[in-house]
Amino acid sequence: MRVALFVTCVNDALYPATGVAVVRLLERLGVEVDFPAAQSCCGQPQYNTGYRRESEPLLLRTADAFAGYDHVVTPSGSCAAMIREHYPRIGRKAAEEGRGTLWEERARELVPRVYELTEFLVDVLGVTDVGAYFPHAVTYHPSCHGLRALGLGERPRRLLAAVRGLELIELPGAEECCGFGGTFALKNPDVSTAMGTDKLRNALGTGARFLCGADNSCLTHLDGLLRRAGTPLRTLHLAEILASTEEEPAR
Amino acid sequence: MTAVHLGMPAFPASPAFPAFPDAAREAVRDDVLRANLRHATHTIRDKRARAVGELADWDRLRAAGKAVKDHTLAHLDRYLLMLEASVTAAGGTVHWAADADEANRIVTDLVLATGEREVVKVKSMATQEIGLNEALEAAGIAAYETDLAELIVQLGHDRPSHILVPAIHRNRAEIREIFTREMGSWGRPAPADLDDSPAALAEAARLHLREKFLRAKVAVSGANFMVAETGTMVVLESEGNGRMCLTLPETLISVVGIEKVVPTFRDLEVFLQTLPRSSTAERMNPYTTMWTGPGPSKGADGDGPSAFHLVLLDNGRTDTLADATGRQALRCIRCSACLNVCPVYERAGGHAYGSVYPGPIGAILSPQLRGTGSPIDATLPYASTLCGACYEVCPVAIDIPEVLLHLRERVAQGGPVTRRGIRVRLRPAHGHTAERAAMRAARRLLDHPGALRAGERLLARARRLAPRGLPGPGRAWTDTRALPAIPAESFRDWWARERGSTRERGTSPRGRGTPR
Ligand code: SF4
Repeated sequence: MRVALFVTCVNDALYPATGVAVVRLLERLGVEVDFPAAQSCCGQPQYNTGYRRESEPLLLRTADAFAGYDHVVTPSGSCAAMIREHYPRIGRKAAEEGRGTLWEERARELVPRVYELTEFLVDVLGVTDVGAYFPHAVTYHPSCHGLRALGLGERPRRLLAAVRGLELIELPGAEECCGFGGTFALKNPDVSTAMGTDKLRNALGTGARFLCGADNSCLTHLDGLLRRAGTPLRTLHLAEILASTEEEPAR
Repeated sequence: MTAVHLGMPAFPASPAFPAFPDAAREAVRDDVLRANLRHATHTIRDKRARAVGELADWDRLRAAGKAVKDHTLAHLDRYLLMLEASVTAAGGTVHWAADADEANRIVTDLVLATGEREVVKVKSMATQEIGLNEALEAAGIAAYETDLAELIVQLGHDRPSHILVPAIHRNRAEIREIFTREMGSWGRPAPADLDDSPAALAEAARLHLREKFLRAKVAVSGANFMVAETGTMVVLESEGNGRMCLTLPETLISVVGIEKVVPTFRDLEVFLQTLPRSSTAERMNPYTTMWTGPGPSKGADGDGPSAFHLVLLDNGRTDTLADATGRQALRCIRCSACLNVCPVYERAGGHAYGSVYPGPIGAILSPQLRGTGSPIDATLPYASTLCGACYEVCPVAIDIPEVLLHLRERVAQGGPVTRRGIRVRLRPAHGHTAERAAMRAARRLLDHPGALRAGERLLARARRLAPRGLPGPGRAWTDTRALPAIPAESFRDWWARERGSTRERGTSPRGRGTPR
C-alpha cells in the first residue's frame, strides 16, 4: 500500500507538528508514508474567493504530485472537500468553456484516492483504537467541511473516545460554524469574530482543557481569539492527540 | 467598491444599501437585536428539525420537490402559457410584467380603474421586491398590510428582515410601543391600556385590521403556487388574514413571480408537506386558500371577488434562468429554513442583506435578480462561510454554497451573464484589483515548491519579529485575533531532515499539459 501524506500548505508552514503527528501515527499503525515534495496547496483559497482560474494550476500540481499512490491522506477536512467536491466542478467548467478535458481527467484519477485522516483510519485501516494515550478533558469541534461536505459523522468522536485517559466532553452547538470560512474571516471580520466568540463561550463552558478539531484553519481562528482573550483553553489538532502515547506524549 | 458592468441590471439595489460587511458591523454591535434573533432562530430551527424528523420519506420529498421545480423551470414558457389559458378560461385576466416599473403601473391602473383609493394586502414578497406600496402611495392609493408581522413593519416605518417573520428583529416591548404610537394615524387606535402580552398585541391588531377587511373593495396578494393545468392560485398562511383578503374584496389582484408555477394540481402534494414543516415547523399550515378565477357567483352573493387579475412578474427571473448554475435559486419556495440555520444571518440580521430576500437565499437571489453592480450586491456572495447548513435544510435542495461560489467568480473574475435577454460579458469588479494580484502572487508561489520552501525558511528566521498587529487588510484579522506562532521549521524541512529526500515520486518534473 503506497500512502502519500498531503500535509496542506497551512500545516506545512504553520503547523508542522500536525504533519509530524500524522506520520508518527500512521507509521505506528504499520503504514509506510511518503511525502511527495512537489505538493503545495489545493487551491482552496483561490477557488473559494472567486478565482477559479487561479486554482486550476494548483489542481494539476496536486494531481501530479500524488499520481501513482494508492491513497492520499490529509489532516484537513476542508482541503479533502476541496479536492473531492470542487475539483470535478473545476474540470467540468473548464470543459464547458471549451478549454479541454485535462482538468477533468486529472480530477477523476485523483478524487477517489483522497481521504481525510479519520476516514482513512476508520474506513481503510479499519481501526478506532489507535493505541493513543492523552489524559486530559477534550471537547471536539467538527468543522463544517468535515461535517457536511465529507460527512465524517461519528468517526472523529469514535477515535477520540477510544483514546486512553481522554475524557471527551460534548460541545454544545457543536455543528454551528466557528466563523472562519477562509477569506470570510478577513472580509467580514465582525461577523466572523462574533461567531468565533460564541463558539468559544460554549467550549469554555465545557470545562475541557483542549478544544480539538480536524482542520487547522478553523483552529487558527479560534486559537487566535483564545490567545487574545488570554484563556487557559488550548486548541489542538485531532492528529496530535491520536499520535500521543505514554512514551511520547503530545505537549 | 464599485463595479463596472455591461448591460443593465433588471432593478439595481438602492444606493442607500451599504456593503454587507458595513451593515453587518452595526448589527453585530446591537445586543438587543442579536438576542432577539438568536432566540427566534434557535427556537424555530429546533422545532423544524423535529417536524422534519417525523417524516420517514423526507429525503424523497426533497428530491421530488427539486425534480418538480427543475422540470417546470426547464419548460417554463410552456407552463406559463398553459397557466394563462387556464386563468383566462376561469374568468380571470392575466398581465405580463417584465420589470418592477411595469408591474407597478399595471397594478396602479387596475386599482385606479375601480375608483378605490385603498387596498388591503396579504403577504406578498413580490410586491415588496418591486416597491408596490410606494408606487401606490405616489398615485394616492393607501396600501394596508394585513399580516401581523407586516403590519408591525409598516407601522414602524421599517423594512422586513425575515422571509416568514418580517418583524423578527422586534421584541414585544418594541411592538407595543409601535402600536400605541402609530395605529391611530392609520385607522383604529390601539387600546389605551395596551400591554405587551402576545394576546393583547394580537387583539389590538385584530381590531385594527377587521375594520380594514370589512371596508376594502380591492385586495392585493401574492401566491405560493400557481397551478398551470387548472389556473388555481394557492396561498398558505397562519393567521386567517389571507382568507379575509382573498374572499371579502370585490377585486383581487395577485402579483406573482413567474417561477411560482407548478404543472399540475398533484404537484402540490409534495410542497404542502415540505413547506409548512420547513417554515413554521407545522405538520400543516393553518390556512390554505385556493382559488381559480373570480368567485363562482361573480360577486352577486358576495361569494369571492367578482374580478381577478394575475400579474406575472419577471423582474430578472428569465435572466437568472439563463444561468445553468444560478438558476437553481428559482426553485426556492420561500420557507426561510435557510435563514433560521444560518450563523451569519443570526449575527448580521436581515436588514444587512439590503433586500426583501435576506439570509442565504437572499445572498444568491438578489445579486442575480439585480446584478452585481451595487456595493451590496457585490458583497452578498461573500456573506457566507460556506458552512453548508443552508443546503442541508433546504426542502428543494438548492446548493446555496455552489451558487455563492459561482457568483463570487462573477464578481472577482467577471464572466457571461444574461441581462434583459441579451448575453453580455461582465468585467471583474473594480475593488478586487489588489485581491486579484494577491491571489495570483500566492498561486505563483504555491505552484513552485522550491520558492515556497525558501519563503517558509525566511518566515521562520523572522519569527521573533512577528508583529502583534498587521497593517492594511491584515488588520481585519489582528484586530480581534492573535496571529499563529511561526514554527522554527516547516514540515517540509522536518521531513527532509528526518526522512531524507522523498522516495521515488513527487520530486519528478510534471508532465504539464500532457493529458494521459
Ligand atoms: S432557499 Fe431553500 S431553505 Fe431557503 S427559503 Fe428557499 S426553499 Fe427555503
